Amino acid sequence: MAEPPAYARHRAGAQPPYLYPDYASTVKRAPRRGPIRFEHTLSEITAPSFSSGWAGPAATDLTKQHKGEPLGERIIVTGRILDEDGRPIPNTLVELWQCNAAGRYHHPVDQHDAPLDPNFTGAGQAITDGEGRYRFVTIKPGAYPWRNAPNAWRPAHLHFGVFGGGFVTRLITQMYFPGDPLLQYDPIYRSTADEAARVRLIAEYDPNLSEAEWALGYSFDMVLRGREATPFEAKADGH
Amino acid sequence: MATKLIPTPGQTVGPFFALGLDRPEWADMTRGNPAGERIVIEGEVRDGDGAPVPDAIIELWQANAAGRYNSPADDQADKPLEPNFIGFGRASTDGQGRFKVTTVKPGPVPGRGNALQAPHINVAFFARGLLKQLFTRIYFADEAGNAGDPLLTSIDDEAVRNTLVARRGEGGAYRFDFILQGKNETAFLDL
Repeated sequence: MAEPPAYARHRAGAQPPYLYPDYASTVKRAPRRGPIRFEHTLSEITAPSFSSGWAGPAATDLTKQHKGEPLGERIIVTGRILDEDGRPIPNTLVELWQCNAAGRYHHPVDQHDAPLDPNFTGAGQAITDGEGRYRFVTIKPGAYPWRNAPNAWRPAHLHFGVFGGGFVTRLITQMYFPGDPLLQYDPIYRSTADEAARVRLIAEYDPNLSEAEWALGYSFDMVLRGREATPFEAKADGH
Repeated sequence: MATKLIPTPGQTVGPFFALGLDRPEWADMTRGNPAGERIVIEGEVRDGDGAPVPDAIIELWQANAAGRYNSPADDQADKPLEPNFIGFGRASTDGQGRFKVTTVKPGPVPGRGNALQAPHINVAFFARGLLKQLFTRIYFADEAGNAGDPLLTSIDDEAVRNTLVARRGEGGAYRFDFILQGKNETAFLDL
């Protein structure tokens, strides 16, 4: 069997570390032993396809999931899922979750003293089209306090999960908004040392995506690991 | 050569991921009635203090009983593909840090070169306090192929190797714990 090429490794600093003490919850959860490097096999380069619809129907308008309209600033968030070579990833699942405009999640663990919105749950999903594109309509989430440090606040963010073509391309990340003054104080955002990688987490305001008298438009592409340049069979040296 | 794009960094799933990721039905990977031996895998997730981790989410990816992945990237035409077996599962931990999944035991799959990999399930592990996923694998103690598996045989320390191996308990279910840190820390992979 001809073996397809492995996925490229991340360059140093372009992903967050496991242990990052400024984010206090990493201290007891980051493994102490270094991970075991393993070269990719069929197990790492395969992933589920979502084209048959088994993951359920699309839910891309989070403002239309209840009787009334949610409170807050209506936004459109759209972009493409690409690999490092700029190739679009079609038919992949994009999952989204977020808090409401007041900064409160529809989740029993969230006890922040801010109102729930009976017209907003904050969850959606999309399957990318043939050009790797997704599009959601939602409301801008609020900032909220957390107990990482005294008077710490999370910048407004959307949570995204994306699969891609291989087990190792799986990405769960957060999207932030441009110009947010809380970003410079947020250890989760700051945990990625490489600035060029870190700024990938910030969406771009795009007036061409905004719809007049209705919603503000943001563009947010997510880039997944791409293929290694050399087929892995050619450089197999031992296991 | 064209300039490469930098991949998007991972960010933690946080404590509220159930809102977007909770799919209790995905913990039963046998919904499509696939061929193969039905198995249950259950266990606990614990942190560096030995405390249960109630906000972790485990994703599983595996081949079918014949050893073929339901993926466009698996071109093993000699093995049957089962359209009703996706091979992907997901389970969250409960308040005591416990999880449980039902699936079929995967078949062996090819490794690099001429190697054969023992039956295993690939795991991506997410939690509050993890800025990106941890990768590991679940192997099965009763598989003779473990002795020749390229990953298992690359781990010299038997105690570390054993953290990757699920063992049958009294009720017949396989037991596999995720120890994130410290004594008996699970072997995680750099993939």
